[in-house]
Amino acid sequence: MLWIDCPWCGPRPETEYRYGGEAHIARPDPAATDDAGWADYLFMRTNTKGVHAERWMHRDGCRRWFNVLRHTVSNEVLAVYPMGTPRPETPRLPGDGAEGA
Amino acid sequence: MTKFSIFSLARNALSHHERWPEQWRSPAPKPAYDVVIIGAGGHGLATAYYLAALHGITDVAVLEKGWLGGGNTGRNTTVIRSNYLWDESAALYEHSLKLWEGLAQELNYNLMFSQRGVLNLIHNVHDLQEATRRVNANRLNAVDAELLSTDEVKAFCPILNTAPTTRYPIMGGTLQRRGGNARHDAVAWGFARAADARGVDIIQNCEVTGIDVDGGRVTGVQTTQGAIAARKVGIVVAGHSSVLAAMAGFRLPIESHPLQALVSEPLKPVLHCVIMSNGVHVYVSQSDKGELVIGAGLDPPNSYGQRGGLHTIEDQMGALVELIPIFSRVRMMRSWAGIVDVCPDASPVIGKTPVDGLYINGGWGTGGFKATPGSGWVLAHTIATGEPHPLNAPFALDRFTSGTLIDEHAAAAVAH
Ligand SMILES: Cc1cc2nc3c(=O)[nH]c(=O)nc-3n(C[C@H](O)[C@H](O)[C@H](O)COP(=O)(O)OP(=O)(O)OC[C@H]3O[C@@H](n4cnc5c(N)ncnc54)[C@H](O)[C@@H]3O)c2cc1C
Ligand SMILES: [Zn+2]
Repeated sequence: MLWIDCPWCGPRPETEYRYGGEAHIARPDPAATDDAGWADYLFMRTNTKGVHAERWMHRDGCRRWFNVLRHTVSNEVLAVYPMGTPRPETPRLPGDGAEGA
Repeated sequence: MTKFSIFSLARNALSHHERWPEQWRSPAPKPAYDVVIIGAGGHGLATAYYLAALHGITDVAVLEKGWLGGGNTGRNTTVIRSNYLWDESAALYEHSLKLWEGLAQELNYNLMFSQRGVLNLIHNVHDLQEATRRVNANRLNAVDAELLSTDEVKAFCPILNTAPTTRYPIMGGTLQRRGGNARHDAVAWGFARAADARGVDIIQNCEVTGIDVDGGRVTGVQTTQGAIAARKVGIVVAGHSSVLAAMAGFRLPIESHPLQALVSEPLKPVLHCVIMSNGVHVYVSQSDKGELVIGAGLDPPNSYGQRGGLHTIEDQMGALVELIPIFSRVRMMRSWAGIVDVCPDASPVIGKTPVDGLYINGGWGTGGFKATPGSGWVLAHTIATGEPHPLNAPFALDRFTSGTLIDEHAAAAVAH
């Protein structure tokens, strides 16, 4: 089970949270987006093997959303940061998707 | 290829089974092939087999980063059925089920294919409406399906607790009698042996690390055993589909998740069919060895870690004990996870990619074992002819742009 640090309530077990998938996916301007752009926004995912930026919600606690950087092989949580702020820098780890692992 | 028969078995018994030959070669990769298939799971091996057997294309290599059948093929709970809702899925999964029905003979390999029946339970009015609709849809598609009352469920599988006092009472069920199980490893081994016999090179411990593209056309792959040129390449890597797509420069509508399963200590025969419940979220069957084979839902966070949380297993065991109280005293032996590649509409992606000559077959998620022969069959057709077969045309990647999704969440709700 994952152990995630809620920015408001502190460390809590995974069973208290709801997972919200990949973070930082911006909704495109409907007037300026074609079908391919919508498909990209709605369905296409980076699905990183390595450090993944993702959303979590503390369902059984404060019910607030926040972002997490987690390594999708080791499950190590590397950063917790507020929604709407840019992805923090993290050290490159072995198995990071950027290596094409 | 040694032909397996009662005579070869008797002959080898006399030599204490020490003289069986290897079932496939372990060749070094050649510098170039007509077709390279990435991934030696059941789907990749079936693709290679049908390329050779049906299309006469034998200059084929199957590249596997680990050992063949060591991915989801060797980790799944082997439920086979074809009772999907939509016409497109019914056609594809039913084609596969028909191939299963003759496959052991065709491959001369005992797949332990057992059409013991798959029973899906109904627990509430919504389940009943959904199940009735699905049975009717199945019948229109010539897929066998029956709607059972609670009493008929009890008669078919007496160990189920059908008392009205349970938390989620059983209100009936749907039954596909032609559904069942097969031996997962044997499927990989049978296809590997038959493909090898037709000249296909199966190369294990050979991880693909890059896909070479020149002017929008695939030209080969980079591997841990060197560069291999190819006219056509198929990506058939299940949970790693997105990783391979990224090597070729495109994204997929896929997320990878751990899916766990577990088995009990072996018991005397107690469960003769497959029981599935979307409502309380668990499914169970009994292997020929006697173990209960139990599975349910995936772990929600994206992962490539091949393990999941114990709470997921606790949930499904709670559901199982509610359905079949006598299982409460059975000890569990092992649990494990595989990484499954899930599409938003719970249907696979089979066909062309944005790169010419590069094909993909993935996104089968929690339920691709049942489709192993059919999946290989349609991908072999697509690679051989350059165009999808009518059976897989609706499963093209561009359905996510056109919006013609094939939403099978109801028929695929329990991971299986
Ligand atoms: C616990 C569990 C239970 C399941 N239960 C069922 C069920 O009851 N019924 C059902 O129908 N389905 C079930 N499934 C789903 C089913 O197992 C899969 O959909 C199916 O096995 C996928 O087939 P495959 O051959 O593509 O996958 P795999 O057997 O995973 O093969 C893919 C292969 O690609 C290899 N590979 C990956 N990356 C590379 C690379 N870079 N280079 C070379 N090789 C690479 C992997 O090592 C692997 O061997 C279950 C899955 C799991 C995990
Ligand atoms: Zn909180």
